[in-house]
Amino acid sequence: MKTQEEYLADIAHIKDMMNRSSRFISLSGMSGVSAGFFALIGSFLAHQTIYSRVVDLGYKQVILVHEKIYLLLVIAVSVLVLSIASGIFFTSRKAKKNGQKLWDVQTQRLLINLFLPLAVGGILCLTLLFKGYIGLIAPLTLIFYGLGLLNASHFTLNEIRSLGILQMALGLISLHFIGYGLYFWAIGFGAMHIVYGIIMQVKYKS
Amino acid sequence: MKDLLKDLNKAFENKVRLGIMSALMVNEYVDFNTLKDLLGASDGNLASHLKSLEKSEYITFEKEFIDRKPNTKYMATKAGKSAFVKHVKAIEQLIK
Repeated sequence: MKTQEEYLADIAHIKDMMNRSSRFISLSGMSGVSAGFFALIGSFLAHQTIYSRVVDLGYKQVILVHEKIYLLLVIAVSVLVLSIASGIFFTSRKAKKNGQKLWDVQTQRLLINLFLPLAVGGILCLTLLFKGYIGLIAPLTLIFYGLGLLNASHFTLNEIRSLGILQMALGLISLHFIGYGLYFWAIGFGAMHIVYGIIMQVKYKS
Repeated sequence: MKDLLKDLNKAFENKVRLGIMSALMVNEYVDFNTLKDLLGASDGNLASHLKSLEKSEYITFEKEFIDRKPNTKYMATKAGKSAFVKHVKAIEQLIK
């Protein structure tokens, strides 16, 4: 029979093996902070682009001309690319520290489960966009992003689950404030990523 | 106390075997190389522990080929899972 300490070590070993074999634990909080940071800059630039010549008296009416749409697309794609690149950078750094591979079964499972709901939401939003339902885009992107996170949370750190639930709630609330989608995007993709990134960075600092 | 000790399983006393079973409890299957990375064990060491778990019929395996390289997937059997649960419960009682 082993000593008490040896059994405690056994339990710790079991937990560690279960986590490391089934979850991607090297997700870096810094990648959340940087993604949120780029999202905030992007929302600010988009805001400037859309409302540049609008007098702030009464109802905001915006007319999007083609050049502005291209500019918005450039902003959106830049935010996406910068967020993903910085996410990969910080996460690979942490994986190296943990002695984990960046690309293994856990990462693949995580990404597949994140991107399935995201792809469905993306296609739905593009369809709505072409049909002219622009006001629904912000709520729906938040809701589907939340669903993706919720789904992916089974394969990574637990915090992702509550982040997903918050994003979905935010999306549902924003349905009542059509026209303010950009602000909700800034809160969901910007502020919430930064807050969660900091929480995770502090909690899992190693 | 005596009952508890009966549930403690000799097969899971070793750290590598304990690790193998932990990983197989939460995954449908795990292949040889993933287990090796996970446990930081050498080929021979891991293989011998896998063999002993196979002998107790706690795990089974499937051989397949990926790009003509052999790849062995390991799975926990029903007996293995219930023995492992008993073992963990006994440990939990002991450290209470």
